[in-house]
Amino acid sequence: MVCEMEDDQIEDMDVEVLSSMWPEDIEHEAGKQFKVEKPRGDQDMLEEVTIVGEPTIVDFQHLIELTNYTDKGSSQLAYLVKHWEYKQTNAVRLLREEIDNLSRQRQESELKKLEILEEHRFEEERYGGDKRSISILDGIYDIWQDVPRRKNKIVVPSKRVEIDAEYDTVIYWKQRAMHLEKMLEASMQREQLLKEKLQESIKNLEKQSSPVEELSQILKRADNFLHFVLQTAPVVFGHQDKELRYRFIYNHFPSLQEEDILGKTDVEIFTGSGVKESQDFKKEVLDKGLPAKREITFETELFGSKTFLIYVEPVFSKAGETIGINYMGMDITDQVRKREKMIKLREEIAVQKAKETELNRTIHITEETMRAKQMLATMSHEIRSPLSGVVSMAEILATTKLDREQKQLLNVMLSSGDLVLQLINDILDLSKVESGVMKLEYTKFRPREVVKHVLQTAAASLQKILTLEGNVADDVPIEVIGDVLRIRQILTNLISNAIKFTHEGRVGVKLYVVPEPPFAKETSQRVSDGSTANQSTTNVAKEETCTSMSQTSSDQRGYHGKKHEGSCQNHSQSEPGTPVRNGTIDATEEQEELPETTVWIRCDVYDTGIGIPENALPTLFKKYMQVSADHARKYGGTGLGLAICKQLVELMGGRLTVSSRVHCGSTFTFILPYKVSLSCDHSDDPDVLPDMDDHGAINDDATAGVFQFQPRTLGSLFCSTGTSRTQKLLPHNIGYASSYKLNVLSETCYSFPTSNGRTKEMDLVEDACSVAEAVEISSDPESSFSHSPDRENRSAICRDKHHQNDVDAENKASTRDVSGCSDTSRDMDVKMKISEPQLPPKRQERSDSSSQPTINRRQEVSDSVSKPKILLVEDNKINVMVTKNMMKQLGHTIDVVNNGVEAVHAVQCHSYDLVLMDVCMPVMDGLQATRLIRSFEETGNWDAAMNAGVEQPLPSDSSQQDCTPPKRIPIIAMTANALSESADECFANGMDSFVSKPVTFQKLKECLEQYLP
Amino acid sequence: MDIVNQLQRQFIDHSTSLHREGIVDDQFTELQKLQDENSPDFVVEVVSLFFEDSEKLLNNMARALEQAQGVDFKQVDASVHQLKGSSSSIGAMRVKNACIAFRSFCEAQNREGCLRCLQKVTHEYSLLKNKLQSLFRLEQQILAAGGSIPVAK
Repeated sequence: MVCEMEDDQIEDMDVEVLSSMWPEDIEHEAGKQFKVEKPRGDQDMLEEVTIVGEPTIVDFQHLIELTNYTDKGSSQLAYLVKHWEYKQTNAVRLLREEIDNLSRQRQESELKKLEILEEHRFEEERYGGDKRSISILDGIYDIWQDVPRRKNKIVVPSKRVEIDAEYDTVIYWKQRAMHLEKMLEASMQREQLLKEKLQESIKNLEKQSSPVEELSQILKRADNFLHFVLQTAPVVFGHQDKELRYRFIYNHFPSLQEEDILGKTDVEIFTGSGVKESQDFKKEVLDKGLPAKREITFETELFGSKTFLIYVEPVFSKAGETIGINYMGMDITDQVRKREKMIKLREEIAVQKAKETELNRTIHITEETMRAKQMLATMSHEIRSPLSGVVSMAEILATTKLDREQKQLLNVMLSSGDLVLQLINDILDLSKVESGVMKLEYTKFRPREVVKHVLQTAAASLQKILTLEGNVADDVPIEVIGDVLRIRQILTNLISNAIKFTHEGRVGVKLYVVPEPPFAKETSQRVSDGSTANQSTTNVAKEETCTSMSQTSSDQRGYHGKKHEGSCQNHSQSEPGTPVRNGTIDATEEQEELPETTVWIRCDVYDTGIGIPENALPTLFKKYMQVSADHARKYGGTGLGLAICKQLVELMGGRLTVSSRVHCGSTFTFILPYKVSLSCDHSDDPDVLPDMDDHGAINDDATAGVFQFQPRTLGSLFCSTGTSRTQKLLPHNIGYASSYKLNVLSETCYSFPTSNGRTKEMDLVEDACSVAEAVEISSDPESSFSHSPDRENRSAICRDKHHQNDVDAENKASTRDVSGCSDTSRDMDVKMKISEPQLPPKRQERSDSSSQPTINRRQEVSDSVSKPKILLVEDNKINVMVTKNMMKQLGHTIDVVNNGVEAVHAVQCHSYDLVLMDVCMPVMDGLQATRLIRSFEETGNWDAAMNAGVEQPLPSDSSQQDCTPPKRIPIIAMTANALSESADECFANGMDSFVSKPVTFQKLKECLEQYLP
Repeated sequence: MDIVNQLQRQFIDHSTSLHREGIVDDQFTELQKLQDENSPDFVVEVVSLFFEDSEKLLNNMARALEQAQGVDFKQVDASVHQLKGSSSSIGAMRVKNACIAFRSFCEAQNREGCLRCLQKVTHEYSLLKNKLQSLFRLEQQILAAGGSIPVAK
């Protein structure tokens, strides 16, 4: 009985457990695999989503085959089955546990029941025959009637009845029986409950679906989800068989019908680029058996240009053979386009960056070069100042009493110094031209004079027996406008070059007007005409016999150098002193009707020298280049000269060319444009033509177009014909005879020959003297030449003046600043005074407005012997200390203030003889302070200073202010940058001069000597 | 006598190397020339003043450039200018040249460049200071040994 019941219960339980466990399991296991949500939740979700159409085209039969034959398919099915089995076993296990539980309970309750029954039986046996119990039991029996009969087929009550019948009723026992009855009742109730549950479970079990249905539902759900996820994804995926025929394809945006795709290969479906590639790619995967990805761009009629990322994986049969492929493609056209754009952009950026760095580097290099050049210029500049100190001191030393040996040594020293200076000047010029700093200064000048002076200069320093000749054609205007300094520099350079490389024969200059050369119109064209003409000239010159004479006086060497520079410096000013010539005014001026026209003048510098080999011509104008190392040793020089000439000529818009024949000579030709002015008003350019009183004389002189310097005396034999038509008035032999004597003389008195009394010779000497003296003498009646026809008179003067000329020439030479700014002219003045204190400053200052009062002042101050008061305006303590000490060495004590305002205050309170003014200062710079001081000097009041915010201090010594009328205080700027701009600024603000920093003893000394008596 | 000779040679070597390495230029020689009986310690005095001044200036620059933002380039430039002026005055060529480069960065308001230049200037300055101090030491040693300072070329 008990066993029966248990079986019954197991069935009941089974159902009950299944209903509660089954769905839960599905949720978890299936959820993990397919990412499916709870059936109830997602059912609603999916109901809202409309899954459009059936984009999937499936060859169902093949799918079934696939699932049957492929590993994947069968394993998937097997998995599903296994999974279901597992769940079932799990459920069974749980059910069994439950059954065990319940059966234990049942046993217990059974046991209890038995116990109770035992007791009852015992009671029945003890108290059998108690009649009252029957009624009670009857009542109990009633209760039993309610219990479903099916389960209670046990004949317990009959037993009881039997018991009741045996025992007689006792109250106690009755009560006990009642109690037991209650317990039984509870047990019965439990049983009842279980029974109900059982019923329910049975019902549930009936509802439960079969596993197949379950699985297909899961599959359907997964399918739905897949559709849901993929419904708008730009993906295509499919399966193709071994022959790459489509068996399945999913494409959300199908453009073809099912029958167009299934069973066909790519190439059969599409045409266009990329199709073949994808087909090949699939084949490759099929052959290799390894999955792969590739990006393929299609260009098909069907869907245009599109790029797909395709993933292909092989599908294997259970036997391991490939039976097809799965493929998946994603449209990445936009991404690819973006990516390509990015790549292009990146490339562009890279290119841009590369360009930028390149540019930066170029800029850097250029800057470096510029800086290096500027550095070179600055350094040269800085070297020049002390060197000129050395040289000028040596020159002064030369004027003192020295024995011959000392003089010789000194001369070597001087010529070396000259060389170094020349070199530095060359470097400076070159770097100036190269860095574009070189500024051309156009002035009116006379080409004939330039040629003459250059030749004179060259002749003066000539140490060889050469004929120097100049020939200026008649058509060359008397006056032209150009940068005379530079032109002279070029000419001098070329001539000295020619002399250097010519051992016998002649060196000459020819000037004539040419039509506008082709390079002026077409810059690329070179000028080559005229070279043959030059050649012939050279040849002619060579034919002339040249006399030779030995001149080995070392005295001359030093002298030449000095003179060369000196006359170069003073070229324009020497005009008044040049001999007056008779002649007719050339007609060229009248020819030019326009106020300003351009004339091209060609200048040939020819020689009969060693010539230049053809292979050396290309490098001739390069820097530091000489024809050969051998030449460099033999002839010296830096190789800068021609480079500078070329650059200068080109800077002025011309051309420098050369033609040469080895052993015959060379011709350097430069063609330059000049402006020609018609106006006779020369006053606009007093600098160049300071004395224009005697126009007639000048014009006479200016027309003399042919010059010749024969190798007679010290190279200063100068013959100039009155007009260009007549030539060579002086016979050569006269020069011959006299030169010998001159030579003797030169030995004894170290420089110019003096008293030989011969008029013809004196003529020569005088000419040489006049050139040298021209500037100094101009305003000095004592030393000026009157070019009277009386030759005796002239020679006498010349004799008297000889020594002085010597000295003058040297003084001039001491100032060899090529730039020839007003600064240097003052320097000369100063130096002259050092060497010849007995001579008052006789040279006229250049027409610099500021210099005139200076001279006056100087005389004033020199009258009163009071110590000069000097003010130093400088903010840098170290500079102050250094300058102060230098001043102390020079025997001056100075007042020091630290900025412009203090400087103005100082000038307000005291009267100074000199102000040294730093330019760059805090509070107020030197320029402004100078302006204020100058304003006071002009107006006599300090209004400008007041306006500038400088308070006027209480006039402590106002008496002094009252009594001394405002005089111009020399103000010297001390500037850190020695560039010309800065200098201009200084001058523009009323400063008289400037000293470049760092201030050196020499600079300071020169400055003081110039501005203080 | 030997010691003096040796010291004198050392002194000349040292001062030649100063010139050769471009640490000082002729302006320094100029200073040395200014030293005479009247002002026997002139060079040392000036140079000491220079050291004092320079260190102040260098500190100023460093402080001004410390600011990550809003560096007062004008102030830095003023200091550099000062240093340039005084270094040029005593002939401290390399310091001066470093200052020249420095100023261009100041003008460009390039803090990075300024910092680099400051480093360079500081470096040149300490180099100069070292070298000059050893020169002065040599000088003192020569004097102590009873010799005379050789005249710089």
